[in-house]
Amino acid sequence: MKKTTHFHHTLHTVILFWIVCTLCLVSPLLLTGCGSQGSKEGGEVIVYNWGEYIDPETIDRFEEETGIKVIYDEFETNEIMYPKLEAGAAAYDVICPSDYMIQKMIENDLLAEINFDNIPNSKNIGQQYFEQSRQFDPENKYSVPYCFGTVGILYNKTMVDETVDSWSILWDEKYADNILMQDSVRDAFMVALKLNGFSMNTLDENELAAARDALIAQKPLVQAYVIDQVRDKMIGGEAALGVIYSGEAIYTQRENPDLEYAVPREGTNVWIDSWVIAKNAPNKENAERFIDFMCREDIALMNFEYITYSTPNVAARELIEDEEIRNSKIAFPDLDQYENLETFQYLGTDGDALYNALWKEVKSE
Amino acid sequence: MNKTKKKMLGIPYFAWSAIFIVVPLCMVFYYGLTDAGGAFTLENILSIASPEHSKALWLALLLSLAATVICLLLAYPLAMILNGKKKNQHSFIVLIFILPMWMNFLLRTLAWQTLLEKTGVINSILSFWGLPSLNIINTPYAIILGMVYNFLPFMVLPIYNALSKIDPDVIHAARDLGADSVQVFLRITLPLTLPGIISGITMVFIPALTTFVISNLLGGSKILLIGNVVEQEFTQAANWHLGSGLSIVLMLFILVNMVISAVFDREGEGSVL
Repeated sequence: MKKTTHFHHTLHTVILFWIVCTLCLVSPLLLTGCGSQGSKEGGEVIVYNWGEYIDPETIDRFEEETGIKVIYDEFETNEIMYPKLEAGAAAYDVICPSDYMIQKMIENDLLAEINFDNIPNSKNIGQQYFEQSRQFDPENKYSVPYCFGTVGILYNKTMVDETVDSWSILWDEKYADNILMQDSVRDAFMVALKLNGFSMNTLDENELAAARDALIAQKPLVQAYVIDQVRDKMIGGEAALGVIYSGEAIYTQRENPDLEYAVPREGTNVWIDSWVIAKNAPNKENAERFIDFMCREDIALMNFEYITYSTPNVAARELIEDEEIRNSKIAFPDLDQYENLETFQYLGTDGDALYNALWKEVKSE
Repeated sequence: MNKTKKKMLGIPYFAWSAIFIVVPLCMVFYYGLTDAGGAFTLENILSIASPEHSKALWLALLLSLAATVICLLLAYPLAMILNGKKKNQHSFIVLIFILPMWMNFLLRTLAWQTLLEKTGVINSILSFWGLPSLNIINTPYAIILGMVYNFLPFMVLPIYNALSKIDPDVIHAARDLGADSVQVFLRITLPLTLPGIISGITMVFIPALTTFVISNLLGGSKILLIGNVVEQEFTQAANWHLGSGLSIVLMLFILVNMVISAVFDREGEGSVL
């Protein structure tokens, strides 16, 4: 019986795969098709966001209501996004980077100040999230919070029968070839640094060397280093444990009830992804209209229900019908309940280079 | 008049190669030979000697060599079978061979991921029949498989091309003079198809040596090839100077390969396109 369900699941995956392929082929045609009418009236806005980080329906609504054509592009990590913007190879209006990357972009003069008069809906965003943003945007001039959350361990209850409350389980040989790690330098080092009780923003070479050695020791147990694929692999039962963003927890649990999310007691990363506007944005006013639209409670709710990442939009949270989700500690972590929570800081060019060099040593091992 | 007309026809080609080949190549050399401050340095190129980089290069050489040998062993018999078929039959088989190439390279490689996974299609079928599972995903073997699958047509076509150009009378003459099948193959067919083989080797070895997509998708990002190092320097580490320096080193290997194929392929018989 189990085998057949497995086979069915795989079949589903294959069918889904083909649908995605077809959509990939067709959607650019559709996009250009409907965009051409709108561009006459309101111009355009070029958005650069994380992959699968918006309800596509909201973009259609924005185009309908404002007549502004949205050109939408996606990135997989902050580190991939940054050089594209810095090199000026592509002009973007609205971007959605994370905390430490926003700090780096502010320091390198890549962002424009936002005129909050044009974003009345920013009142929907909880004041505490603007407060938290001061860590990377000290005067709240450049960013409007879009999503936030923690990083933790997603595990499959059928494969793990002990309590998961420590990063050290990712070093347990019992789970060899059943562990998925994040394939991005800061997230991977965060896990190893926190395991050893260090700050995830450390520049101390001894602490970093210890973290590198821990990651090298872990490597034989790791099935794969992945980013967005953690989600699908965990749903499909490919691995027992995976390092994942809290926002994926609700979605993955919905797809596979065997999955559970835990925040390790050694502490973790609290992150905020915020909308920012590029310094050389060709359509700054449209960019502000887009951000304002995204802050509207009904739109924020649509996005929350689609991507299941925690929204800082208090008005939208009140609209959530399912009480269990509205009060979920995973969806809306009470940040006071954990100790040792930190937010990534920009470490400067030399700090970045140090982390990258150590990460390369891990990867080439 | 006629001459200038001919020259005019060449302009689009020259413009194309200037903009998309010569200029980018100059930029690679500029970045590769300077540091972040713009001063001349050989450090980026010499860093190939660092343990991480030389290991990645060595691994890439090993895997691409293995893939090339496997491709050759698979492609040669296939090309001979193709050559033995009648005209309408063989064009059908060639079509079947080329058909997958119409689909995006990335999708084909992703499909292999779905096939090879622990709970993937192949293992579901194997376990359904009670057979032991196949655990090659995220290992070098999966990377070699991906290379062979993606680049096999580039080996088959030049060899087939060379085979089909051999005049049957040459083979008949050898037969008349008393050569057996082994002798005909070793002393007539093989030397005559050598340009095709060399061309095929070049067309498989070079893309396999520089790939980063196959090793990322089928190696679970655990196996760092030189292509991955270059890619990460550009995308993640934002160090274009080091990335370009390592690309220049890779170019040396490609140049060596091209010189070898030029020596063997003076008449251009093996070329596919």
